[in-house]
Amino acid sequence: MRMTAAKALVECMKREGVEVIFGYPGGAVLPLYDVLYEEKEIRHILVRHEQGAAHAADGYARATGKVGVCIATSGPGATNLVTGITTAYMDSSPIVAITGQVRSDILGKDSFQEADISGITMPITKHNYLVKDPDLLPYIVKEAFYIAKTGRPGPVLIDLPVDVQSAEIDYQPIEKVSLRSYRPTYEGHPGQILKAAQAIAEAQKPVLLVGGGCINSGASEEVVALAEKCQIPVVHSLMGKGTIPEEHPLSLGLLGMHGTVAANLAVSECDLLIAVGARFSDRSTGKVSTFATMAQVIHIDIDPAEIGKNVQVNIPIVGDAKRVLQQLVQKVEPKSHPLWLERVNDWKQKYPLKYKEEGEVIKPQKVVETIWKLTNGEAVIVTEVGQNQMWAAQFYKTKYPRQFITSGGLGTMGFGLPAAIGVQIARPDAIVFDIAGDGSIQMNIQELATAVQQRLPIKIAILNNGYLGMVRQWQELFWNRRYSFTQITAPDFVKLADAYGCVGIRVTRTSEIEDAIRKALEVKDRPCIIDFIIAPEEKVLPMVPAGGSIDKMLVD
Amino acid sequence: MRHTLSVLVENRPGVLARVAGLFKRRGFNIESLAVNITQDPTISRMTIVVDGEERMIEQISKQLNKLIDVIKVIDYTFAPTLERELALVKVEATAQARREILDLTHIFRATVVDVGENSMVIEITGDVEKVDAFISLVRPYGIKEIVRTGKIVMARGLQSL
Repeated sequence: MRMTAAKALVECMKREGVEVIFGYPGGAVLPLYDVLYEEKEIRHILVRHEQGAAHAADGYARATGKVGVCIATSGPGATNLVTGITTAYMDSSPIVAITGQVRSDILGKDSFQEADISGITMPITKHNYLVKDPDLLPYIVKEAFYIAKTGRPGPVLIDLPVDVQSAEIDYQPIEKVSLRSYRPTYEGHPGQILKAAQAIAEAQKPVLLVGGGCINSGASEEVVALAEKCQIPVVHSLMGKGTIPEEHPLSLGLLGMHGTVAANLAVSECDLLIAVGARFSDRSTGKVSTFATMAQVIHIDIDPAEIGKNVQVNIPIVGDAKRVLQQLVQKVEPKSHPLWLERVNDWKQKYPLKYKEEGEVIKPQKVVETIWKLTNGEAVIVTEVGQNQMWAAQFYKTKYPRQFITSGGLGTMGFGLPAAIGVQIARPDAIVFDIAGDGSIQMNIQELATAVQQRLPIKIAILNNGYLGMVRQWQELFWNRRYSFTQITAPDFVKLADAYGCVGIRVTRTSEIEDAIRKALEVKDRPCIIDFIIAPEEKVLPMVPAGGSIDKMLVD
Repeated sequence: MRHTLSVLVENRPGVLARVAGLFKRRGFNIESLAVNITQDPTISRMTIVVDGEERMIEQISKQLNKLIDVIKVIDYTFAPTLERELALVKVEATAQARREILDLTHIFRATVVDVGENSMVIEITGDVEKVDAFISLVRPYGIKEIVRTGKIVMARGLQSL
């Protein structure tokens, strides 16, 4: 069928199941926007900044497992996506970013609003394209979605010169992708799986470490099955949170810098560490030379380049977490380790996550705990980055995968609000809480307008301490309390909520926390900000100093 | 230790930048790089020489393999291979020195491709050591310029990529 490449692009996206696009129009994407003007099947969400579009697409992808899509114009529009694309890349989130580009005949001439976005995003995308031949666009779109969602997921960018969008092509739907250079391995090597089963049978003190790959592959059930069949305690990385219900008796919680004492000690003492879909980031391992030194390591990952990258591995298994675990669960014999479980449970009892209540002074942990209680642990939690993120990770105990959405690898301040928009659009009936800091929320606060325009009932809990709290904590502990530029002012968030057309509530006393959250939960047609004025110098604990051994934690 | 990687890639614009960029951002130094198309014009072959310890080379290979445009990566370091490099060497050559340089050229089965009043350009092919040896022997005469292509390798016998 004859149609413009822009129209074909939209047709291709529909075939890929795209229901929603987050974007911002501009000169170099006008042909595409003109097609979207009449489009009925795909909903377009107008953001207020392209970074918001990338994060929203990412949030949508993390909440659903589907590919999130964002659009920006050329030049500044495209470069504004960069932080969002990098965030998705670091956390293996499947998004397709479409950018407009200047006309092919003035490409490379420093034309108005020109940026070499395919060059710029080479190191932060799984793959990218600069489309010169409009006839190839349907193939490229098919490939882009395929690459984004298969294997280890990640962002793919398609850069489209404006004249390419307008060109007429003969559109034929593309059914299949065939890439001779890209064949992800899904099935684990049977011999290696057998070896792993043997190691599990011989282990006295095994630990399962689950990461974001378990969420991506939907391996929750298998993780729980393996843990229960062989009575293996489970620790998770930040990205692995939600893989196993945190109230499960075998769950020891978060590993690493702000992990639980039980998780960190268990990994330090275990004789077998089974890492699944986890990449041993420095935030998880601390000092690598002292990490899990007693343990044989089994590493299951779909990305061969992750194996042996950070930690030496004894039994590598390349494959999809879900499929490998299915096989492994069949191969292992039921086992129990009463002494080991007694030991880790003892740590759990002795060193629970805790905080000191101080009368009416609001403790941020109390806020998160109360949100957890009043939402029955069912809400989707999105976070900003910093102390707020760590308190959310520690005190909101998740029940199911894709429930905790956070920028792990890149640690992007300003991620939370736009990501929450993507999440709320993906899950209109869910209660979505963005747990924020007063610093982070100011990085993409303009997206409130997007949420208001879309009537999204996102709850934003700002843990307001007047500081860039996490940086302040580092300065307090490691820089002799020299609080260099970490005191930050904020607007009156209640008035700001009002100005944007959302509901704003301020809470200054512990006794008001519950009421405020209940009130926020009743708001159904617009965002609601709760500004919690918290104890200004509260720290996130436990903490392993950067580069330290994870068995040496500051506990209070 | 020095490793020689043979990398088959899609013959598309930007692929070299992707490969080079990968080396750069992970802090690996490329010692030499030679690229051209293969018997299949849709495929290019890069021969990359890189110095580093075993684990680093393994990581490089894995990261290269992750690039969508990379079809295959082979480490030829321990395989029986033919290796060649081509160099053009411009030497100062006064009338008196000419005879001696010519003798060296013949011994190395190299070819004189240009003679000027006070200079000669010699083309030499061979493995890296041979080229190095020739250059060090003519160095005393005064080297004006050297252009080397970088190493290319091919497996001996029937084995092919």
